[in-house]
Amino acid sequence: MKYTLIAWMRDKPGVLSRVAGMMRRRNFNIDSLQVGHSETPGISRMTFVVDGNERMVDQVIKQLRKLVDVTRVENISGQPIVAREMALIRVSTNAENRSEIVQMVNIYRGEIVDVALDSMIVQIVGSEERVASLIDLLDNFGIIEMVRTGPVAMARGQVEHKYRHGTAVWRAQANGRDATAAERFRTGGV
Amino acid sequence: MPKRNGNTASSSPETPVRMKGAQMVWEALLREGVRVIFGHPGGAILPTYDALAPYEAAGKIHHVLVRHEQCAAHMADGWARATGEVGVCIATSGPGATNLVTGLATAQMDSVPVVAITGQVPTNLLGTDAFQESDVVGVTAPVCKHNYLVTDVNELPLILKEAFYIAREGRPGVVLIDICKDVQNAEGWFRYDFEINLPGFEPWPQADMEAIRRAAELINKAERPLVLAGHGVQLAGVGRELLQMVEKAEIPVVTTLLGAGNIPESHPLSLGMGGMHGEAYANRAVQSCDVLIAMGMRFDDRITGRLDSFAKQAKIIHFEVDKAEVGKNVVPDVAVVGDLAETLPALLPLIEERRHQVWLQEIREWKRDTEQTDILNYEVDELIPPFVIRQLWHATHHVQNGPPIIVTDVGQHQMWESQYFIHDHPGQLITSGGLGTMGFALPAAIGAQMAHPNRLVWAVVGDGGFQMTMQELAVIKQEGDLPVKVAIINNGFLGMVRQWQQLFYEKRYVGTPVWSPDFVKLAEAYQIPALAVTKPEQVVPAIEQALSTPGPFLIDFRVKEEVNVYPMVAPGAAVDQLIRRPKPAVMQGYSGVQPSW
Repeated sequence: MKYTLIAWMRDKPGVLSRVAGMMRRRNFNIDSLQVGHSETPGISRMTFVVDGNERMVDQVIKQLRKLVDVTRVENISGQPIVAREMALIRVSTNAENRSEIVQMVNIYRGEIVDVALDSMIVQIVGSEERVASLIDLLDNFGIIEMVRTGPVAMARGQVEHKYRHGTAVWRAQANGRDATAAERFRTGGV
Repeated sequence: MPKRNGNTASSSPETPVRMKGAQMVWEALLREGVRVIFGHPGGAILPTYDALAPYEAAGKIHHVLVRHEQCAAHMADGWARATGEVGVCIATSGPGATNLVTGLATAQMDSVPVVAITGQVPTNLLGTDAFQESDVVGVTAPVCKHNYLVTDVNELPLILKEAFYIAREGRPGVVLIDICKDVQNAEGWFRYDFEINLPGFEPWPQADMEAIRRAAELINKAERPLVLAGHGVQLAGVGRELLQMVEKAEIPVVTTLLGAGNIPESHPLSLGMGGMHGEAYANRAVQSCDVLIAMGMRFDDRITGRLDSFAKQAKIIHFEVDKAEVGKNVVPDVAVVGDLAETLPALLPLIEERRHQVWLQEIREWKRDTEQTDILNYEVDELIPPFVIRQLWHATHHVQNGPPIIVTDVGQHQMWESQYFIHDHPGQLITSGGLGTMGFALPAAIGAQMAHPNRLVWAVVGDGGFQMTMQELAVIKQEGDLPVKVAIINNGFLGMVRQWQQLFYEKRYVGTPVWSPDFVKLAEAYQIPALAVTKPEQVVPAIEQALSTPGPFLIDFRVKEEVNVYPMVAPGAAVDQLIRRPKPAVMQGYSGVQPSW
């Protein structure tokens, strides 16, 4: 079974390699891993998809929490979530099929972001299934090059606001002072 | 006593002082109470060594020069295990740092607080494959609790403080600080009154009273309870509370290798060590109890044997400070997460006074069946290792200046020591349990001896392991004749490997016969008095001579070659499926593997 985890970590050099190293060392299977900024400066957010069973995921979470730079880990599998992937697909085109491809991309609510005489770049954002299904369709015309992210995810609905301290940091900065350590890291409480 | 919160910040802020990064290292070490460090200099750490001079001249910090960096880590490890304080080792970049790795992994596996400081090439050369450059943070990350690369002198004081805090708090471990050479030379402002702010580090999880109540309920209802006590009991310093608890409710205690002495092994409730080379009755107790109370241990494969048949009949209660250990190998029925120094005293009043005579009688009968002294009652005119170890116990257990510290290496002698030496005091046995590092004993014994100059320290070591780190004999001399006593259990083989080859590889002794130099002459070359022992009747006089000789002493016990360690649980077998000692009465009708010695 696949599990979706979110981890927050201090944005320090080497933190990605610590996380990846721990996963490799403990023989955990990562399907995908996405890293980016979170709402709090200095804190990065990772979305993992892990393949395994309950016990393995329990270990993944506990071992992640043991890393000093990781400030918080949540398992959002089983909750209603929004999970989105993005792909850029360079598909080969010619005068005959160009409009057909455009139509298909529109049906999938994708976008044509670049056009050349013999190809174009399609951008698609959506659930894993939607992205996969458009890729399947476009494959019929010949995919020259493709790049696809793994999912980034967030729980749906109202969440407790105790972690929303990012605004405190921005307010502090707008008022011309640096955020205190407490303001910066409260996001992190495990 | 470790500090329970790292914030030593005083009310009035410290005035920062301008100094070089190199000096900051020593200032921080002084603040942490470090008196002795173990290391080996080299190019990239030279500025830091240079800054040590005034501290050494003032007698504040003493540097011990090792002959191989691995031993610097082992000595810091031995020091830390003997004192409970953080041990510190120091090495240069590249080969110096990579040599540390085995020692650091050893300490980390056994939850020993060690801080390692390494030099690194200057920041402008980082990543260029410069002379003596290696990616030390990358190399050591998997064997460290945490590590740092310092590229800015202004970060150094906070990093030093965090390093000691992380190494010491919670489940102890290893922290490495890799400091670029230009950072050591750069000037910055030093102060040390930081508040530690590590939101991702939760060393002391809050104990849950509800879990403690449920644990107490299970224990009070148990008819056949058993405690399985590990290193964590010693780290939390709760041996006395544990003894109170097991005496109150009459619960027998099995320990792990590193838990030796958690309660006195001569106590009637002690069953000694369990696991691969534990006594049969200890393992049978584990497999027959109805409530297993695991304390400060992590269900290592050497203690559990085959996991899917481990204590299946029992309800398991797991007291543990490291959340990640709960449910890793064995899923407990009740998990009490938290510091044993808090959870055990909280549990104690909830435990009812109970007697378990039926259960204890059953264990006593198993014990009679597999009495360990069988092997000692065997009439042999040859020198067998268990006899040597038992004589060592007889001769040393009552010495002055506190119980002797026995530091063992890894292999057969290590198991014999754990079986035939009676550990009545926590911390009496220092050994590499988790990583099983051959070569550990001599340097760790040196570390322990430096920590306790007046206590008797014995390094018990095999001929194979001794030859891995025997160059450290020079340190014994250079440090002014440290009174470390060395007992080499010399059987001409890598004994434990040979035993496995005998039992599982049809006696094909590939790579296990060991040629050794004359250890007595070797000791002479190092100006250390030494004796060789070849007969049983020479054992006691030799040990007595070692004890009465001031300073170091080495005894080469040339023991019978092909002796095996029994009982033995074959790897992958259940812990009660074991190969027993070769006692004729017991062997009758026994269809297991026939041991031969």
